[in-house]
Amino acid sequence: MAKFDLNDDSLVVIVGSGAGGGTLGNELAQKGIKVVILEAGGRYETQDFVNDEWESFAQLAWTDMRTTSGSWRVARDFPNLPAWIVKAVGGSTTHWAGASLRFEEHEFKTRTTYGALPGANLLDWPITLAELEPYYDRAEKKMGVTGTNGIPRLPGNNNYKVLANGAKKLGYKEFHSGNMAINSQPRDGRGACQQIGFCFQGCKSGAKWSTLVSEIPKGEATGNMEVRSGCHVAKIEHDATGKVTGVVYIDEKGAMQRQKARVVAVAGNSIESPRLLLNSASSMFPDGLANSSGQVGRNYMRHMTASVYATFEKPVHMYRGTTMAGIIRDEARNDPKRGFVGGYEMETLSLGLPFMAAFLEPGGWGRSFTSAMEDYDHMAGMWLVGEDMARETNRITLDATAKDKHGLPVASVHFDDHANDIAMRKHGFGQGVKVYEAAGATRVFETTPYPSTHNLGSNRMSEKARDGVVNKYGQTHDIKNLFVSDGSQFTSGAACNPTLTIVSLAIRQAETIAGMMSRKDV
Amino acid sequence: MREIDKQTKVGRRSFLQASAAAGPAVAVAAAGVATTPASAWAGTTVNLTAHEMATLQKLARDIFPHDRLADKYYATAVAGYDALAADAGKKAMLKDGVARLDADAAAKFGAANYMAVNWEADRVSLIQAITHTAFFGKLRGDLVVSLYNQKELWAKFGYEGSSAEHGGYIKRGFDDIDWLQG
Repeated sequence: MAKFDLNDDSLVVIVGSGAGGGTLGNELAQKGIKVVILEAGGRYETQDFVNDEWESFAQLAWTDMRTTSGSWRVARDFPNLPAWIVKAVGGSTTHWAGASLRFEEHEFKTRTTYGALPGANLLDWPITLAELEPYYDRAEKKMGVTGTNGIPRLPGNNNYKVLANGAKKLGYKEFHSGNMAINSQPRDGRGACQQIGFCFQGCKSGAKWSTLVSEIPKGEATGNMEVRSGCHVAKIEHDATGKVTGVVYIDEKGAMQRQKARVVAVAGNSIESPRLLLNSASSMFPDGLANSSGQVGRNYMRHMTASVYATFEKPVHMYRGTTMAGIIRDEARNDPKRGFVGGYEMETLSLGLPFMAAFLEPGGWGRSFTSAMEDYDHMAGMWLVGEDMARETNRITLDATAKDKHGLPVASVHFDDHANDIAMRKHGFGQGVKVYEAAGATRVFETTPYPSTHNLGSNRMSEKARDGVVNKYGQTHDIKNLFVSDGSQFTSGAACNPTLTIVSLAIRQAETIAGMMSRKDV
Repeated sequence: MREIDKQTKVGRRSFLQASAAAGPAVAVAAAGVATTPASAWAGTTVNLTAHEMATLQKLARDIFPHDRLADKYYATAVAGYDALAADAGKKAMLKDGVARLDADAAAKFGAANYMAVNWEADRVSLIQAITHTAFFGKLRGDLVVSLYNQKELWAKFGYEGSSAEHGGYIKRGFDDIDWLQG
């Protein structure tokens, strides 16, 4: 495996090893470009994962201090856990459920399609679906997405069968076991899904695509990529011309290191990425790096989410099998007649008993709550995931007082639902309840959003430098050798799960960076 | 459909482990020796009184009432509070919380203490008056994990826990639902 010198200034240094950073690293390494990935978390391989929700949470989740504010209920229920994302090699691709969907064309043009929504800060992406389609193709091949490239879909589990039964009775047309980056048959050196469940806890069979099991070992095998785990980047440094020169990080032994770089790419997820840019403020860039627009940290999106659970007379055992292999897509369209713009997906979801206790009704107690828990094995569940509206005031900032163990200001997450998000959630609850009642539910539960798993938009793409942080290639408007490579680039969130788009953008960005390096543009 | 056995199978070994976790006096109680709730904790506590531990245990059941769960699960769920009360601030919060409930029980129902209020609905009315307190928030929040994360009780809810070592559910009923109509 490659090992690069701290003073090697020919490297691309990537902060974060998840869907964006891990993919970008491998793509660059395959092109012969030398890469160092700095990952704040530890390295846990497939055999290290545990089928135990709390134990796995302790192993993988980002539990470093964060603070919250705003009217979203997460700030009340989980004030120091705004997001359920991962601090480990592979990032949140170890935790993701595998749903791999493409944006619709209109979802790249939200300002044009939805208009000037009061209280929102909508903007069209500087790219179109047509421009991204070749990269979606490559991402689907890379990840082995079911229902594409002749790959069969996964078999539906009990939870899916309940969803499909209700969907059919309700007259929905587009429902199936999903487009999943989980092998339905052996592929790419990894086996087929064993219906273990516990997709969120790290796949113990390796059937689920993650950068941990795919991009990172492939990149390392080239000899061009080094992954340093346990390395928390504190600051990005620059020279007198404003070009970035490298990063300062705290290594796994707690020692401060300085890694030089030719290019720096930030991929720490949409809370940590703006935090790093803001924590890198200097006398030349007093508001943080790449922040001449003042948009770093703003327009944070987390998807309109919610869940519907329902109990039935007879058992379901929803936890058996693939967690999210089931989807109804009929509500994903943009149809303002429903009372909101944008759309949402309905996807199967199950939690184990311990997490059901924590998330079914945060704060709940008494017999209303415990009678629901007693019907756990008779429950079916779905997740509602839909497009939320970018707002300038939904924002990642540096907390004025709280510091992490390295003495760095922590991220503070402020979020208020837009009226459109609330209207969409209400509609989704209504339709979700109808699906389960059609299948014979005896009791239904409308469950409030969990801590955010889809964190997006806080360093958004824009055509004009004044409207966002990065251009159509994820290159910051202000600093030509500084890139953003994760979901914080998203100009809008779309209805669907974001990972396929993050991976597609990373493949495209690797071509861009390689071209710029060969032309000596960076 | 493959359903799972919800009966508790108590082997000697698992019984001893559960007993060790819950404290020696609780083991005696679980074994069926007639005791009062407080006497089950007698001699096992350092920082809190047996009465306070027994009240926390009763409160745990009233917050998350599952009639088919034996007392030992609730005892295990609150067992850690005695050690936690080594911290002066935590000790005061726990003692004051119990004292407040006992005082409210006397004032509202003329009862000797919280545990002596007979009907659950009456005890729940006392809890409802303290849901804004740090004491209640701490207890409820802890119990979500300290009660529901006891692996021994998962089967009672029909949850099978870790599955990878059994080959997942691909041959164990992931798609065996057989009652859906139409």
